[in-house]
Amino acid sequence: MNELVRVLRLGRSGRGRLALAVCAGVGATGAAVALAGVSAWLIARAAERPPVLYLMVAIVAVRAFGLSRGVLRYVERLAGHDAAFRVLADVRATVVDRLARLLPGGARAMSRGEMTARFVGDVDGLLDLWVRVVLPGAVAGVVAIASVVAMALILPVAGVVLATTLVLAGVVAPAVASRWSATAQRTIAPDRGEYQRRVLEVLDGAAELTVLGRLDERLDELDRLDGSLRRAEARTSFAAGIGSAIAVVAAGAAIVGSLWFGAAAIERGDLGGPAFAVIVLLPFAVHEAVGALAPVAAALPGLRVSARRVCEVIDAPDPVAEPAESADLPDGPIGLEIRGLRAGWPGGPMVLDGVDLAVAAGTTVAIVGPSGAGKSTLAAALVRFIDPTAGTIVVTGAECSVDTRTVVGDELRRDMGWCTQDAHVFDSTLRANLALADPAADDGAILAALTGARLGSFVASLPEGLDTMVGEHGRALSGGERQRLGLARLLLADPRIVVFDEPTEHLDDDTARAVMHDLLDATAGRTVIVITHRTDLLRGVDRVVALRDGRLVEPAEVPTAANLVCGAPTDAGAPSACRSSIGGPDR
Amino acid sequence: MKPLDPRLLRHARATRSMLVASAALGTAVGVAVVAQAWVIATAVSRVIQRGSGEALAPLVLALAAIVTVRALLVWMQEVVSRRASASVKSSLRRQLVRAAATSGDDALARTRRSEVAALAIGGLDALDDYFGKYLPQLVLAVVVPVIVVAQLGLVDVTAAVTVVLTLPLIPVFMALVGRTTEASNRSRWRALSRLSHHFLDVIEGMPTLRSFGRGAAQVQQVRISTDRYRSTTMATLRIAFLSSLVLELLATLSVALVAVGVGLRLVDGGLDLRTGLFVIVLAPEAYLPLRQVGAHYHASAAGVAAADAALAILESPSSHLGGSERVPTSGGPLAISLDGVSVDHTGRGRPAPDRATLTIHGGEVVGLAGPSGSGKSSLVSVLLGLRSPDRGSIRVAAGSGAPIDLGEVDPADWHRHVAWVDQHPFVCAGTIADNLRLGDSAADVVEMRRALEAVGLGLALDRTVGDGGDELSAGERRRLAMARALLRRADLVVLDEATAGLDTVSEASIVRAARAEADRGAAVLMVAHRPAALAGADRVVVLG
Repeated sequence: MNELVRVLRLGRSGRGRLALAVCAGVGATGAAVALAGVSAWLIARAAERPPVLYLMVAIVAVRAFGLSRGVLRYVERLAGHDAAFRVLADVRATVVDRLARLLPGGARAMSRGEMTARFVGDVDGLLDLWVRVVLPGAVAGVVAIASVVAMALILPVAGVVLATTLVLAGVVAPAVASRWSATAQRTIAPDRGEYQRRVLEVLDGAAELTVLGRLDERLDELDRLDGSLRRAEARTSFAAGIGSAIAVVAAGAAIVGSLWFGAAAIERGDLGGPAFAVIVLLPFAVHEAVGALAPVAAALPGLRVSARRVCEVIDAPDPVAEPAESADLPDGPIGLEIRGLRAGWPGGPMVLDGVDLAVAAGTTVAIVGPSGAGKSTLAAALVRFIDPTAGTIVVTGAECSVDTRTVVGDELRRDMGWCTQDAHVFDSTLRANLALADPAADDGAILAALTGARLGSFVASLPEGLDTMVGEHGRALSGGERQRLGLARLLLADPRIVVFDEPTEHLDDDTARAVMHDLLDATAGRTVIVITHRTDLLRGVDRVVALRDGRLVEPAEVPTAANLVCGAPTDAGAPSACRSSIGGPDR
Repeated sequence: MKPLDPRLLRHARATRSMLVASAALGTAVGVAVVAQAWVIATAVSRVIQRGSGEALAPLVLALAAIVTVRALLVWMQEVVSRRASASVKSSLRRQLVRAAATSGDDALARTRRSEVAALAIGGLDALDDYFGKYLPQLVLAVVVPVIVVAQLGLVDVTAAVTVVLTLPLIPVFMALVGRTTEASNRSRWRALSRLSHHFLDVIEGMPTLRSFGRGAAQVQQVRISTDRYRSTTMATLRIAFLSSLVLELLATLSVALVAVGVGLRLVDGGLDLRTGLFVIVLAPEAYLPLRQVGAHYHASAAGVAAADAALAILESPSSHLGGSERVPTSGGPLAISLDGVSVDHTGRGRPAPDRATLTIHGGEVVGLAGPSGSGKSSLVSVLLGLRSPDRGSIRVAAGSGAPIDLGEVDPADWHRHVAWVDQHPFVCAGTIADNLRLGDSAADVVEMRRALEAVGLGLALDRTVGDGGDELSAGERRRLAMARALLRRADLVVLDEATAGLDTVSEASIVRAARAEADRGAAVLMVAHRPAALAGADRVVVLG
């Protein structure tokens, strides 16, 4: 439950509107209840045939309530939606703010697709929490209490009856519905999981299964799984309506109780005819508002899961500890020195176990190794998406050196470029995709960067030039063009150190060769670290080292390396620190 | 937006029986509502007129019975619609998966498969609320007012006329407002999905944004775009919600009019108390189902969108391939000739391949090279019978026997003669043996071991692999697929980029196995990006 309360607290800026919506809602529902009560009184009183003048107040009231309900409901819906969108903005901003500290390091456990799909669905789903649960719940609660008080004033026992039945309809019935929905989810979960796994497998391998002649039997098997999923869903249906049925029984019980106790009161002479009509007919209208809560409550378990996942993100620990004040990087050409580095993704194993490497300023070093050897972990540690658990990464300048942990991540990454196999291409224009590297860049600078990445003639051939939309995930570009776009972005940001993480993955051989060549060519003169499993593409690299079992070793077979150096630092004495405040935590 | 798509009735039979059951239950609800109003009016008027609770017990019992029946009806309605929803989803899923899995292998088929996967593993669940809440309410909104108004007409024509005059106004006004807001509604849905898409794009690209120090700036961006969406949406909602304003106004006003009218006639003595109470209890019930339909607007919109997506796929034409002839088998090894084969691609001017002509004889290894986009994959699809060429023909002949056009061959029979090793081979969850038996379900342990040996793969047959065989390396997956191909003893073996990016050991073992297949008499086609990868071929054809 507390997760729901926590995410509700996130929506600060919607509170004023929500209060307005609740007020209008109470007015609207209250008008409906009052309409029922006053018309009952009017009819019963009219039957006593008093002068019409005696009825005028009631007649006016009936018309006024009739008019105001619609108008107030309109105000409630508008204010409620407005509040919900404000809340959405708050929740989204909070999530993005957290992810801007977590990704890619802090949320490694989830696959990217799963995570992103979840955030959109979960965050949007929390809108429902406000509009469909909190708002009607608050309105029904206020109206219910007011009605019980009004009833109790007319006939105390009728107030007790109404209160009891309202608890049944507004608390018990929603609890039953919510419980049913949670149980139903659990019941169908195994069949559902198995079905989903199999359907993806069959659709994925459809072409091959066709050629293997095995598609039909797989589809038949899928039909059987589908059948058992359908039966599991059907089994849960028997409990589905119990919550709503309880609400109906509660509304009926309220009327039966009012009739019974009201008749007794009339017999005793405690109650007049018109008042009796009121206590019998009023519960109808109150229960109409409260009875709507039971079906809504079925959505609660799902919302709770969404809320829990949003809270997980908010609570995830920062993968890096940022220093209070950022140290400055050395001026001039800079290199890197890694000493005894141990690191891993948060919550994962220590994939790097004592990495030592020195990269002199202006040189290019390739780190090779099979997938899973920890190459991407090393890249993430270099650009400070994760912190080392032991050892240091030091940026070395001509006069001094700086431990990267004393530099704020965003500052460090200004001079430590990072370009990966899956550098994201945003669904926007070419210009916007480049400008994120340097928002102040003009078209000349952008075109120069594109030319540097060998995309100059490609852009020149586009009728819309830099305004060309690149599509979702850069779908309008080829794999090689996407990779070069990443390079152009990097050139525009102009960092002194560049880390390439598998820059040629997913490219065919020829493109991979050309892209690797151009990457190294365009970044010549900078300090470059290329991480790849393709040992055949490393022409023009100064040194090649291999990552194995979490350590850097001399590679057994590297065909094109100019000179091979083992992973130990080559220079003996470390240069002095730039500023007195500088130095890694464990120095 | 149509409330109920007639195509849904056609594709999902359960919809029909559910509607019939809902109509029956709705009628019962209508009768129960009238009975309940009558019992309450009688009880209240009797107590007031007699000033005592005598003879109340039977009425209270009757009321309790009616309430029980109404609770049962509500429960039954839920059971009926949940079961209907489960059946409809199941039947749509089956049809969708079948349609997508058998739709060949071109770009369109692949996008369709990802759409179907999204629908089958969750998208169709939007139908739960559509069937569970919206449709039953829609049925009630048609059935209940008719019963209520008919009953009102029997006891008090004036009240019935008031209701009859206002009731039809509601759908008319809703339709009017609906029409003016339909376009803006649609653009609102589009804006919402654009907003979600933008949010997703930001999250997916967060590592990239952070690497350029732009992570924190996104918080403000997301806030601004959500706020902008809010203000444009609120502008349309102010109009869209007018429909429910009109509905509420008409409903409450006419109930108020009825109540005042009844009150005045009671004073005149033109009406007795029981009838008056009966009318004011019953009148709101005529509007209640209609008002609740509006409350389930979101359930209906999401359900209709899901049904639309599913039906669009089911109703789109799919090309069914092949005839009924059998592949010729007597006369010698199979030879396959392509004559002027072209495949068109939407959005690209030139066909690829463009008039490809090539013959592959049994016993030889033919290499096929060409740059990306030259149509190698399309040519493989055509050869495998997964799609038909847009122009040109493929003929199959056994030795010197008469050739037969592939378009006339039964695809299932053709596939018995074909083996295919893809760049990203299909590996199912299960044991290595399960994967090998996909090639030949009758293969015994000795044959499977021999096939693994032939490709130099030292995997235990009882080793289990997960979805997609992720724990195997690319080289192992492709060698496993090659071993599976060997077990098929096929007449045509197609290796599509099967050695791209592999280490030299894996590459050599696949090439060796392909040569052995040719020596056995099979026609082997090796497709590769670079001619250098085709050193093992007898001859190399370059596409381009």
